[in-house]
Amino acid sequence: MTALQIILWVAVPYAAISVFIVGHIWRYRYDKFGWTTRSSQTYENRLLRWGSPMFHLGILMVIAGHAVGLLIPREWLYAVGVNEEIYHFGATTLGSFAAALTLAGLAILIYRRRTVGPVFLATTVMDKVMYVFLAAALGFGTAATVVYQVFGGGFHYRETISPWIRSILIFQPDVTLMEGVPLLFQLHVLSAWALFALWPFTRLVHVFSAPIGYLFRPYIVYRSRDANREPAPRAADGTRCSSPTRSDCAACRAQLRVTNRTGTVR
Amino acid sequence: MRVMAQMSMIMNLDKCIGCHTCSVTCKQAWTNRTGVEYVWFNNVETRPGVGYPRGYEDQEKWGGGWVRTKRGRLKLRSGGRLAKLSRIFSNPKLPGIHDYYEPWTYDYDMLINAPRTAHTPVARPKSLLTGEDMKISWSANWDDNLGGSLETMQDDPILTKMSEEVQAEFEKAFMFYLPRICEHCLNPSCVASCPSGAMYKREEDGIVLVDQDQCRGWRMCVSGCPYKKVYFNHRTGKAEKCTFCYPRIEVGLPTVCSETCVGRLRYLGLVLYDADRVSEAASVEDDKALLQAQRDIILDPHDPAVIEGARAGGIPEDWIEAAQRSPIWKLMQYEVALPLHPEYRTMPMVWYIPPLSPVVDVVTGSGNDGEDARTLFAAIDKLRIPIGYLAELFTAGDVAPVDASLRRLAAMRSYMRGVSIDDVRDERIANAVGMTGTEIEEMYRLLAIAKYEERYVIPSAHTEQAHALEEMACSLDFEGGPGMGGAGPFGSSSGPSVPVAVENFHILADRQTADRPSTPGRVNLLNWDGNGDADGLFPPTGMTEVRTPGKPGKRKEDG
Ligand code: HEM
Ligand code: SF4
Ligand code: SF4
Repeated sequence: MTALQIILWVAVPYAAISVFIVGHIWRYRYDKFGWTTRSSQTYENRLLRWGSPMFHLGILMVIAGHAVGLLIPREWLYAVGVNEEIYHFGATTLGSFAAALTLAGLAILIYRRRTVGPVFLATTVMDKVMYVFLAAALGFGTAATVVYQVFGGGFHYRETISPWIRSILIFQPDVTLMEGVPLLFQLHVLSAWALFALWPFTRLVHVFSAPIGYLFRPYIVYRSRDANREPAPRAADGTRCSSPTRSDCAACRAQLRVTNRTGTVR
Repeated sequence: MRVMAQMSMIMNLDKCIGCHTCSVTCKQAWTNRTGVEYVWFNNVETRPGVGYPRGYEDQEKWGGGWVRTKRGRLKLRSGGRLAKLSRIFSNPKLPGIHDYYEPWTYDYDMLINAPRTAHTPVARPKSLLTGEDMKISWSANWDDNLGGSLETMQDDPILTKMSEEVQAEFEKAFMFYLPRICEHCLNPSCVASCPSGAMYKREEDGIVLVDQDQCRGWRMCVSGCPYKKVYFNHRTGKAEKCTFCYPRIEVGLPTVCSETCVGRLRYLGLVLYDADRVSEAASVEDDKALLQAQRDIILDPHDPAVIEGARAGGIPEDWIEAAQRSPIWKLMQYEVALPLHPEYRTMPMVWYIPPLSPVVDVVTGSGNDGEDARTLFAAIDKLRIPIGYLAELFTAGDVAPVDASLRRLAAMRSYMRGVSIDDVRDERIANAVGMTGTEIEEMYRLLAIAKYEERYVIPSAHTEQAHALEEMACSLDFEGGPGMGGAGPFGSSSGPSVPVAVENFHILADRQTADRPSTPGRVNLLNWDGNGDADGLFPPTGMTEVRTPGKPGKRKEDG
């Protein structure tokens, strides 16, 4: 157990998880207004129409696959009849399909971001950083799968990486499990942690707002005028706006930003 | 019976001169910000015409509003909950920005700072989306006053429903203006389409709003609204819409568009309706029965049972009294006001008095007396073109209610001419349209000479604060506000002292790339470009410190 190992396989994961959790709480409390997909569909739809569904469908499959492969101990799967062959076959075929879909979608999305004028102009630095790490995590992951699972003899990550992840999650990190894990897998894991640390500060926060509740609520929503009352901002002369429900007023949201900048509001 | 109150508007189209004052004042108040340059909460379109966004009435294409299923239930036209979620990654019905128009500004800087040249410098139009030079080829009212309408008329979804002969004739026959805001529907399909539940109808006054903090930018509301009155702010990634100027309404002031309307043709007031019967009314089988169904759920504020129900529903006394004085209720009673596109089944609550003027103009033009009741009645019948067109707009194609409304308006003209010129009160004219002379005179008063307090009957909101407050921060006219011609907070979304009216290209370009915190003392890291420290990320070091506002950018000060 070297210091480097401890840094890479204990410190980095816990740091990333902490930033991930604290970051989301911070972002949610202080920047609800910035919490959105920031859809760029109004600018361009020809490429997005393909890229976005492909990418999203793919990535949701990838996430589901990771949940099964990493979080569920293989003994449990054996118990329900999923033996090593079935798992390997399923993981490799479905995984490759999902990876191809995701990467193709991602390629379209990145190409679109770069080449479509309005979309490029609306791309923030955080978007770019996010795409670098997203592409890295996906790229290394796919490369590792292709090299070891599809063409190689198959690397048994369910004996190494998976228990290591679970050891992290139950606060009993076992660094030795990561010894001997191939470099491509290591890079995949590390870029994923970086992505998690960045997550709360990017548009990826939209993932946590996936609107599942829509399926269960009545169509028409009524809310009382006083429901989301919050103190209105003060105007320059110290008077308050009469309306208690400021969060409904986009113009006021914009005003909040401005008064903040000019420092007239204290 | 569950009695609820709805703040509504009626516009008298005969009086609209198409001056766009309402649109401009609304824009100055609410959408003079980056991201919503292309957005007009209030727009005025010339009909026949394609409207804004182009051809929005073609629901086959845009999929807005509701449809009735075979089993008699209401379904969102573009699909229910699961269908919506399955299309969330890319919304197939979302209008692109070019369906509205590409927003632009001019490179005014050129006019002042251009180097000496042989030719006068020109301020070129620059796209606000790309920053590139652009050719302006469409806007929110490009076909104003039928301009270019021979080229675009085949795109008017209403006209395409009518016969070709009508199409060819329309330019000779008629033209009128249709000012539009959000309808603040009783059965809003925008609210029903919002996956995150950020949109809602206010219990107290029925105003439909988007909670900016809960909107997640799924942009389903934009396609869900058949009137295309929810807009996507392409900078903030949130939906925005007409708020019925609720900060003004709450303190008893009319909306900005009403207040500033040159023709004084807008009426504001409450109506009481039976919330329990809304979906029943919205799902009647025949499209043409929708108008009557909607009229039926609107309750008589003088009926003791209704008053009882209103009290039980927590509606305060002064609101009930306001509903009784409401000009909206009266105009609905006279059956001269009609909803816009009831066939969308959203139960819209901004109604219109259809224009009689095309008929009068044609009659007068043909050398007849345009105010004689009999010629007018006959002409209304004969002029199938406008009436059919109006029926497609206001009654799902049923000409009878439009005919009835126009007849009452025609009768009012003739009757009142009798009163003022010949000093006779001809009851026969009134009776011919099922009214009494007194009723006609009351209606005339409301339509022709009603003063401010009669046109706008707005009870103020019952919030503890409301009484003590003057309408300040949200109106146009606080110090330095846009209404004062200064640099107002509404004018821009970042950086102070940007002259509101001066849309300098470079300022805008800077603004678009600048970082800006979204909430006070807080920072929106999404927009932080990584240079320096993000504003508001750290507390100020000293109380006396003067914050440098925004990024100075490339802006050139003259002087
Ligand atoms: C769980 C449900 C999810 C939903 C409902 C969802 C929905 C959306 C929507 C509506 C957009 C805006 C597309 C547009 O109009 O421009 C978007 C963009 C995006 N989403 Fe998701 N998303 C989900 C999950 C994810 C996940 C798991 C990831 C990746 C880890 C992801 C990554 C992205 C990225 C990178 C974009 C930006 C695409 C671009 O414009 O370049 N999403 N998402
Ligand atoms: S008109 Fe207004 S309330 Fe009605 S569906 Fe459209 S946005 Fe919603
Ligand atoms: S201000 Fe009044 S008259 Fe002028 S366009 Fe608007 S509604 Fe018509």
